Amino acid sequence: MNIGNVWTIARRDYRSYFNSPIAYIVIAGFLTIMGWMFFFNLSHFNAQAMQYQVFSQGKSPSITDGIIRPLYGNMNVIFLFLIPFITMRLIAEERKLHTIELLMTAPVTLTEIILGKFFSAYLLVIVMLALTLVYPIILFLTGNPELGPIAASYLGVLLLAGCYLSLGLFFSSLTENQIVAGALTFASGLFFWLVSWASQSAGPVWGDVLTHLSLISHYQNFGQGLINTGDIVYYLSFIGFGLFLTHRVLDSFRWR
Amino acid sequence: MIQVSHLTKSYGHRTAVNDLSFEVQKGEVVGFLGPNGAGKSTTMKILTGFMPATSGSAKVAGFEVFENPIEVKRNIGFLPETPPVYPDMAVDEYLGFAAGLHGVPKRSIKAAVDGALEKTSLGDVRSRLIGNLSKGYRQRVGLAQALVHNPQVLILDEPTVGLDPKQIIEIRELIKGLAGDHTVILSSHILPEVTATCQRIIVINKGQIVAEDTIERLTTRINKGLIYSMTVKNPSASGIDAVRKVPGVKSVSAVGPKLVVEINPISGETRDLIVAAAVHESMGVLEFSAERVSLEEIFLQLTTVEDHQV
Ligand SMILES: Nc1ncnc2c1ncn2[C@@H]1O[C@H](COP(=O)(O)OP(=O)(O)OP(=O)(O)O)[C@@H](O)[C@H]1O
Ligand SMILES: [Mg+2]
Repeated sequence: MNIGNVWTIARRDYRSYFNSPIAYIVIAGFLTIMGWMFFFNLSHFNAQAMQYQVFSQGKSPSITDGIIRPLYGNMNVIFLFLIPFITMRLIAEERKLHTIELLMTAPVTLTEIILGKFFSAYLLVIVMLALTLVYPIILFLTGNPELGPIAASYLGVLLLAGCYLSLGLFFSSLTENQIVAGALTFASGLFFWLVSWASQSAGPVWGDVLTHLSLISHYQNFGQGLINTGDIVYYLSFIGFGLFLTHRVLDSFRWR
Repeated sequence: MIQVSHLTKSYGHRTAVNDLSFEVQKGEVVGFLGPNGAGKSTTMKILTGFMPATSGSAKVAGFEVFENPIEVKRNIGFLPETPPVYPDMAVDEYLGFAAGLHGVPKRSIKAAVDGALEKTSLGDVRSRLIGNLSKGYRQRVGLAQALVHNPQVLILDEPTVGLDPKQIIEIRELIKGLAGDHTVILSSHILPEVTATCQRIIVINKGQIVAEDTIERLTTRINKGLIYSMTVKNPSASGIDAVRKVPGVKSVSAVGPKLVVEINPISGETRDLIVAAAVHESMGVLEFSAERVSLEEIFLQLTTVEDHQV
């Protein structure tokens, strides 16, 4: 595999996000919702802290539980909604425009094409995440939050977002229709999110299996500042499997 | 440079290309001619490694397409049927991307892009968005994309579709200029296009080669000789017989006063003798004309003859 080729493709796709309003809308929407949530959490937390100080009632609030955990937990939900908009065009549009013929007759491998596309979308998500660093910076300037849970949350969100991206890329390879690709991505993302709900009523063995399959249940540890190899392996396998399926789809559609 | 042998491609039950074999030498410009659905684009997509064949083999620049796709693709510039352009990119940005994708080193990309822009006379629109260009310009951008990495082999699927007459001439000149250094296969439905640019034609129909030759030889070979038509005042059996005996005449058929005389190919000049024979039998020649079968007719003949067989 040639990293130069991956980069050539990733850079073009990344730039093309900014040639259309999509990236701006997604980023603006993301920052607005995140900003609103941050200040909502912050003021709620302040009120609680004030109450605790004045009346010495309730339990002492911690920044980790009061702000960090809900903030990054919510960020996952927002990505569930936004990532379909980021991934839907990746391959569907190339097929529609016939530019896939340029990619597939150029001296690059299918793996390089798929990784290039995946990283272009990942790069956009990383930029979005980087912009949210302003919230922990505010917390560090005004208080003394724990670094561990923040770092772990970012790692968890990054991995979870990678899973959505991989899922989105796969659905984008299945159809020429971006809307269909986006809708399928959202529906399946929601499914992998919600399977853990079913686990509560599915009996002990199936419950465990479903909990293990759920994207969100693997996030719990990260939210508490715990980095667990099992969770990382799960997310990376999920991403890898999505990319593998995308490869199979693109390869097979040449054979038709 | 290109060797294709027993290439077959089926889409499900429909056979698009059926046992195709041909060769193209280095530096040749070869035209692929055939009606809609003949299998031209399919053959080109296989040669460029876009999709595999059902059976048979194809070799480009010494590499087997299915075994060494990357090596083959490095040596090919391909203009597909629909120009593979991104509407949201500027022309030069797009060509830079295409060059990078085809392995042009970073420091040479600018020169490569400038060269391709010049060859396709796109300099004026270099910083415009492709999506805002007219169809003909987009076609030229597609062509520039095929040329930008200066490949040994060019495969051009209907390169002049959508261009204005002036551009058609320029692009044909460009393609002719590529001969010698580059090996070119282009496809077309239009005969004059192929006659204007190619040294050799491969006529395909329903996925099979129905003729393959140089343009001159093709004309004489399929043109089953010349046909003369003659109108006479007094058609007579003896007169028709006399015409039939003229050396080189293949057949004579008469409908009323009209005689249609078919000549064997390569029989030299026979008109004098035919007219002399008719005059000698006092048929009273009123009109005499030669009907040369044009390339268009040959093309139709080739592709429709096939129809009868199927
Ligand atoms: N993706 C496909 N799926 C099914 N059949 C196809 C597909 N692509 C082409 N065909 C069929 O294969 C045959 C050859 O098509 P091809 O596009 O190669 O013809 P062509 O010579 O390029 O025609 P045209 O002059 O119209 O471009 C046609 O009968 C066509 O219907
Ligand atoms: Mg075609």
